[in-house]
Amino acid sequence: MNALLSDRGADTQTAAIVKIAVMAVGGQGGGVLTSWIESLARTQGYVCQATSVAGVAQRTGSTIYYIEMTPETGAQPVFALAPSGGDVDVLIASEMMEVGRAILRGFVTPDRTTLIGSTHRALAVSEKTMPGNGMADAAEVRAAAEVAAQNLILADMDRLASDQGSVISSSLFGALAGSGALPFARAAYEEAIRASGKGVEASLKAFAAGYDAAQRGAEPMASKQSEAAQVIIGPAAQMRAWSALEARAAQVPETVQPMALAGLAKTVDFQDCAYGALYLDRLDQIIARDSAANDWRLSQTAAKYIANAMCYDDIIRVADLKTRAPRMQRIRSEMGTRDENVMQLTEYFHPRAEEVAGMLPAKMGARMQRNPRSMARLERWFGKGRRLRTDTLPAFAMLHVLGGLKSYRLKTYRHALEVAHLEEWLSQALAPLESDYALSVELLKNRRVIKGYSDTHTRGLGKFDRLMGAAQLLQGREDAAEWMHRLREAALQDPEGKALDGALETVKSFA
Amino acid sequence: MAERSFKAEVEHLRKGDGETFTGEGILAITKALLENGVGYVGGYQGAPISHLMDVLADAEDLMGELGVRFEANASEAAAAAMLAASVHYPIRGAVTFKGPVGVNVASDAIANLSSSGVTGGALIIVGEDYGEGSSIMQERSHGFAMKSQFWLLDPRPNLPSITKAVKDGFELSEASNTPVMLMVRIRACHVTGSFETRDNQRPPLTVRDALANPQSDFKRVVLPPWSYVHEQDKINNRWPDAERFIVENKLNEHFGPRDAPLGIVLQGGMYNGVIRALQRLGLADIHGNSDIPLYVLNVTYPIVQSEFDTFCDGKDHVMVVEEGQPDHIEQQLGSFLYKAGRSVKLHGKDVLPMAGEYTGAVMLDGVTAFLKQAAPDMLPAHVRAPNMDAPAIPDLSKTVPIRPPGFCTGCPERPIFAAMKLTQEELGKHQITGDIGCHLFGSLPPFEIGGATMGYGLGPAANAAFDGGGEKRAISMLGDGGFWHNGLSSSIGNMVFNKSDSVAVIVDNYYSAATGGQDVMSSRAENGSKATGNPISKALEGVGVKWVRQIDNTYDVGKMREVLHEALTTDYDGPKVIIASSECMLNKQRREKPLRAKAIKEGRRVDVPRFGVDADVCTGDHACMRLSGCPSLSLKTLDDPLRDDPVAHIDQSCVGCGNCGEVADTAVLCPSFYQADVVHNPSPFETWRAGLRARLICWLQTRRDAKRLRLSGSAT
Repeated sequence: MNALLSDRGADTQTAAIVKIAVMAVGGQGGGVLTSWIESLARTQGYVCQATSVAGVAQRTGSTIYYIEMTPETGAQPVFALAPSGGDVDVLIASEMMEVGRAILRGFVTPDRTTLIGSTHRALAVSEKTMPGNGMADAAEVRAAAEVAAQNLILADMDRLASDQGSVISSSLFGALAGSGALPFARAAYEEAIRASGKGVEASLKAFAAGYDAAQRGAEPMASKQSEAAQVIIGPAAQMRAWSALEARAAQVPETVQPMALAGLAKTVDFQDCAYGALYLDRLDQIIARDSAANDWRLSQTAAKYIANAMCYDDIIRVADLKTRAPRMQRIRSEMGTRDENVMQLTEYFHPRAEEVAGMLPAKMGARMQRNPRSMARLERWFGKGRRLRTDTLPAFAMLHVLGGLKSYRLKTYRHALEVAHLEEWLSQALAPLESDYALSVELLKNRRVIKGYSDTHTRGLGKFDRLMGAAQLLQGREDAAEWMHRLREAALQDPEGKALDGALETVKSFA
Repeated sequence: MAERSFKAEVEHLRKGDGETFTGEGILAITKALLENGVGYVGGYQGAPISHLMDVLADAEDLMGELGVRFEANASEAAAAAMLAASVHYPIRGAVTFKGPVGVNVASDAIANLSSSGVTGGALIIVGEDYGEGSSIMQERSHGFAMKSQFWLLDPRPNLPSITKAVKDGFELSEASNTPVMLMVRIRACHVTGSFETRDNQRPPLTVRDALANPQSDFKRVVLPPWSYVHEQDKINNRWPDAERFIVENKLNEHFGPRDAPLGIVLQGGMYNGVIRALQRLGLADIHGNSDIPLYVLNVTYPIVQSEFDTFCDGKDHVMVVEEGQPDHIEQQLGSFLYKAGRSVKLHGKDVLPMAGEYTGAVMLDGVTAFLKQAAPDMLPAHVRAPNMDAPAIPDLSKTVPIRPPGFCTGCPERPIFAAMKLTQEELGKHQITGDIGCHLFGSLPPFEIGGATMGYGLGPAANAAFDGGGEKRAISMLGDGGFWHNGLSSSIGNMVFNKSDSVAVIVDNYYSAATGGQDVMSSRAENGSKATGNPISKALEGVGVKWVRQIDNTYDVGKMREVLHEALTTDYDGPKVIIASSECMLNKQRREKPLRAKAIKEGRRVDVPRFGVDADVCTGDHACMRLSGCPSLSLKTLDDPLRDDPVAHIDQSCVGCGNCGEVADTAVLCPSFYQADVVHNPSPFETWRAGLRARLICWLQTRRDAKRLRLSGSAT
């Protein structure tokens, strides 16, 4: 039988076939890239076959295009219609998690695969909806790619393209050329783009950018290009007071300093130097009860969350931020507004009775809050959606005035509420300090779950209270801090706090 | 206008004898239809044959020249019924739709057609939506051929084979007076390649000619006693005729050595997969020359026993490669062997999975498993004794998030579901059914609205059990596509007749959007050959719906929520129908972007809106995400040591649909969102006024900044 069936040797038969898979997100133009590769192959004397999956799979979902090619010999080769694990020569993934998906599906193997991936992220819905940070870890994917790929090319192909006013298909095509994975000259690729005849110039620029990126190989993790760190500026007279505060902040333990300075700047920006001094006072009280033995973890944490607690989001803060000069400039540039253009700016506000009551003098606001009828009246008067054209004078002036009410802020009902809340939080957090340092740290961190406005903010407060309340349940356990951490993570998983309730049940079951 | 235009490609359909056509499978099929003198074509869009409908529509002029009638049928049932023209007249007809769902809808007409039998060739081209990329329940169309006794072609997935199958299909149909179904799988529809073309043929008898001298024969009508005669005719005449034609014309193919102790029987559609597996095992070369005998069933129903028997002669092991379940073919072959008392060992679903697509990896494992039993010594060394030195690749299954399809950027359906979510937050969870169409994405996170889909146009029908009403009214979704396909009668008519106390929301995005933006009756677009612009509201009136609310801007989330609230709380206890209309953003952008660019070039005033988020106002609670899921509304991590969580961020792809602002307002989320309208070519007065405003604003800002400390810049 062996005489009849000569063993031709495995995996040698398709060696002459180049297999290229493109993993894209629907709407990214994977079809264009595929057609370019096809026409490239055919003009270079190759027989080529491409397949794709049309239909709803293309509506923002992940989808695969697949291409096989081999030199024209006259006889028709038999190509596969879909990529197969362990048998892909070039894998092009147009997004970082699609890179991960390709590896996950076994399309990237160390013995043959050139992996060309874009490091940018198009977040999946599941990553965005979590109240905490649900973003998938790109570093893990990168690590896997380094193991799985024979030849790795990673770069932000999306940015490379958009910088040239083109789309990712062009830069990826360039990267394919630059990778040298196909035996074709650069000119042949560029000809394929010209032949398609759409947005040729921009495409060629993006192509070149992708080409160069490929020549560089795998770019290091894009270390978040940090714009010049923000610093406090202002009139000379006040700057002296600021320098004094800075000097004071320089006295705190070294490991606490960065956070303390950031917090100080935030509080001063929020209110004024006196407020910044108050922040440092509060911090000093914590530091006094902390020690190098615990390398000042308590103080660091406090430095962060006290600042956040002191800079609550009231109408004054929002109005102030919305009317600052740098904001207008930022938006103009972000929107690519040219000098000859006019830009109109519409803000979406929807204050509720609570916010308005919060703006009243403390006593009066408290009275209002207690009386449902007056709250209803406030709601009737103010509680409707407002679209403010902050590029026009009336709206701008209104916000400008509101944003200028800082001197009055400390008398407001909202401020009274926030101070009370902050002090209770601190005392609760520090209560177990002597017996359980780590738990105190975790209790301070619980402040993280308070965010958002209106209902979202209220829900956050509810979660916060439940977390702080759990301290009683955990008191005395040596893994109390660990559990407080778990509870907080649970609280950040869903808006309603279902996960938190579940975790709390578990904790209750300990008793 | 459909999402994709084939106007340019369609020109290739004019190619004649000896020329070479290079392109997509669907275009090749169209070309083959014209080459084979088809007299009328039609169908209903749906992946993977949506583009075939688009090609036919774009080729309407060419077909007109040839006297070929093109019909964009109202449904698959309508398409199949159209084949009735081939019952009495010697005219070739072809219709196309997706399988198996389209075949489900068409099955009534197909069954009647199969009973009557045909004179002219009748071809049903089915795009089998099975496996990766499929959007429907995983079933096979094969069973329909078995129950109605029509023939099923499953050609090898390359252009020459597919186009030959069109020719064979017509001839087989005429030789056996039976309709023929030509099945093409998802990737085969879009596979590219080349084939040699022939001249297009004008149909010998056009449908116009036929009208000039009508024919009928009561013996062909499905009525007793003739229906009994039809059944006997199927078994005693049509089937034998078909088998004879299949054998004589060698529709099924043999590859590899004639005699060997083993062989593989496969569906034509599986050919490339099987060959690739053999290639990887070193048992076939690049051109498909196989060391193992292959019996390729380009006709998967009926199975010709004589051919199969000959193939089995001298073989100890035969493997069947048949994708999907049930294993109709394997069962048939098994009974052949058993009844003939043969000892050949039959393999198939024992070495291959019963369910699921036969991907490259699955096929390789299956063939390997078969050879391990049938001929282990044929397997290459590394398979017999694999050496495990491959490095361990980290497992990413916990890292990589799933990415199901969803609403596009700026989709007009998003605000509808945002409003429904808000309504449910206010009035509690409701019983909601979905339908077929983009709007079914509303059943996925972040909205999770709709717990069932029973078929195209059946959303409200799927809630019929709850028509009697109760403490909370049932809600059902229905798209404009589904409404005209089947919904008007099966869903709305059903509601009216049964005095339904429930609510139906009709999502009207001006197109059959999910299938690629084909026009439907209520489309606003001018369509040269089709009657568009028939409002859904009029149809509702016509069937007696009294409570109708028309919303012409779905992005008005507040309005949307009000109307939903009204529908759910009104005293009126009859059917309540809300029509939510806004154009599919994908099609709108395609149409308007070029126009806008042109206008800007020509110096006309153009206002381009886009949304943004103030990073320093956003607290990173992501409440807005849970009411959106828009691809352009994403997250950004700030390099601020005081921030734990990423904040909302809107990227360049934003089309300024307005959903973000509306939701922030209606749901009272936060003041972080802003809308920036960049006005191109503003009027001189506008520019002057803007300058004045800017100067005054700048003065106020400078004045304040002179008196206070502040952080330089603003968070970005």
